[in-house]
Amino acid sequence: MSVDKDTVRRIAKLARIAMDDAQAAEMEAELNTLLAWVGQLSEVDIENVSPMKSAVEQRLKMREDVVTDGGYADDLMRNAPQSEGHFFVVPKVVE
Amino acid sequence: MAIASDPIAFTLAEAREAIRSKAISARELTAAHLSAIASGRPLNAFITETPEHALASAEAADARIAKGEARPLEGLPLAVKDLFCTKGVRTTAGSRMLDNFVPTYESTVTRNLWDAGAVLLGKTNLDEFAMGSSTETCHFGAAINPWRARGSNSDLVPGGSSGGSAAAVAANLALAATGTDTGGSIRQPAALTGTVGLKPTYGRCSRWGIVAYASSLDQAGPMTRTVRDAAILLRTMAGHDAMDSTSVDVPVPDYEAGLDAGVSGLRVGIPKEYRVDGGPPEIDALWAKGAEWLKAQGAEIVEVSLPHTKYALAAYYIVAPAEASSNLARYDGVRYGHRTGNSGDLLDLYERSRAEGFGREVRRRIMIGTYVLSAGYYEAYYLRAQKVRSLIARDFSDAFKRCDVLLAPATPCAAFALGAKTADPVSMYLNDVFTVPVNLAGLPGISVPAGLSSEGLPLGLQVIGKAFDEATVLKAGRAIELGADFRVKPRTWWKAP
Repeated sequence: MSVDKDTVRRIAKLARIAMDDAQAAEMEAELNTLLAWVGQLSEVDIENVSPMKSAVEQRLKMREDVVTDGGYADDLMRNAPQSEGHFFVVPKVVE
Repeated sequence: MAIASDPIAFTLAEAREAIRSKAISARELTAAHLSAIASGRPLNAFITETPEHALASAEAADARIAKGEARPLEGLPLAVKDLFCTKGVRTTAGSRMLDNFVPTYESTVTRNLWDAGAVLLGKTNLDEFAMGSSTETCHFGAAINPWRARGSNSDLVPGGSSGGSAAAVAANLALAATGTDTGGSIRQPAALTGTVGLKPTYGRCSRWGIVAYASSLDQAGPMTRTVRDAAILLRTMAGHDAMDSTSVDVPVPDYEAGLDAGVSGLRVGIPKEYRVDGGPPEIDALWAKGAEWLKAQGAEIVEVSLPHTKYALAAYYIVAPAEASSNLARYDGVRYGHRTGNSGDLLDLYERSRAEGFGREVRRRIMIGTYVLSAGYYEAYYLRAQKVRSLIARDFSDAFKRCDVLLAPATPCAAFALGAKTADPVSMYLNDVFTVPVNLAGLPGISVPAGLSSEGLPLGLQVIGKAFDEATVLKAGRAIELGADFRVKPRTWWKAP
């Protein structure tokens, strides 16, 4: 399988990464090289093989359903590029 | 114990002894390392140096030592990969995206180190978001390998992504360092710098507070100059943490205590698929020597097969970017991280902030990951890769029916020149051909310096173990260390004459 320029643009949109024409053309070539390379997986017989979703076989621990965290809004805001009080500021979304 | 006369040449174990016996103060030890870091700046091993913090911690350590309250790593100065969040100390992940990020919390692994008395010297260089095998993709410039080829003055890469930690440890800028390993990012730079790097079993160390790359593969581990030092550091780094639901609640053994138990009767598997056609013959020769060293110490050598090895890298380059594309979705220019100064609407803000904040390799992996997870391609790529991952993990469990550990090369070649592999991503990815399968299976692996290439550059051998059997991995690594008797050090060309 390979990608064309429209697909690259669609993926860039999904990934929320701005890309100009030159960058999209470069990315198209790079993605196609990589996709051709990972295409070797199609020769593996995966019939009746279940997907490995976790590297560790364990049951997740349960805990009490109580609040164990929070109460540090100042800390959460400390690295905000733009804020007012305890609010993150973004460009106007609703007219 | 023979003690080195220069405090920066101490092993971690020797420094611990010197501190305990009061042969040196924590302040003196830390000051010696800070001075080494200052003269080691040509290596670009550190992104952020923390000298005031280090001296204050060292003085606090000396106070505890005077009161007889020394903890296991009291007063021992360490370097930390700049992927571990450190409270109040800038944590960049090597990215413009986190250029000004100062965490308000501490990662569990580093918390464990400070609670044991260790001293933070600074945050080390890495590939951006740990995506790379050469520490060249960092926003703050490439880290440089302390080693140079015989008769050459050309700079070489230290491997990656934990290349700054590896360079710092190899050049005696820190007694030891932390790294993280998603596809080989501890073991490969360790091999390329003549140091020891241990990737523990997935779940052995908490991932909480480590900037995420690929969550089902990421694991923290020690980078040191000896196997004993790796054993010492792992014991403190490891342990269950309620903040990471994938960290496993099993006892952490005293790895150091069992280190010298020997390998008599140990069954060492040689996976025949780890021979790469067309690779340098010195890698195979070193591997054969490693098997001989273990055999001479009483181990039994058995040939085993890991038939799906050749598919591991391709599976990795689907699974890891897929997870990365999800993990890195959090960088939106709103809550923290880089924000464009030039945006229209909110969508534009996201897109420009991310385009400006992420470097080329990171953008490439996010794009691949987004593609393989997108509607219509999920089954063909992501699901298939997860199934191949099952087969790779099964290969290992089958092999471990016949042996206790596996012995393999750590890397397909020695350190290479800066820029040599940046134009061709696949050639860069091939550096991790011997390390990636271990991450996919979630197993522990150690790289131990074992010899020199024909150009006089270090090469490593890798020991791979069963899940949560780091004790045996370390014991076998110690046997390789004894057999190799690797004592060569890089020339200190980076110090001003």
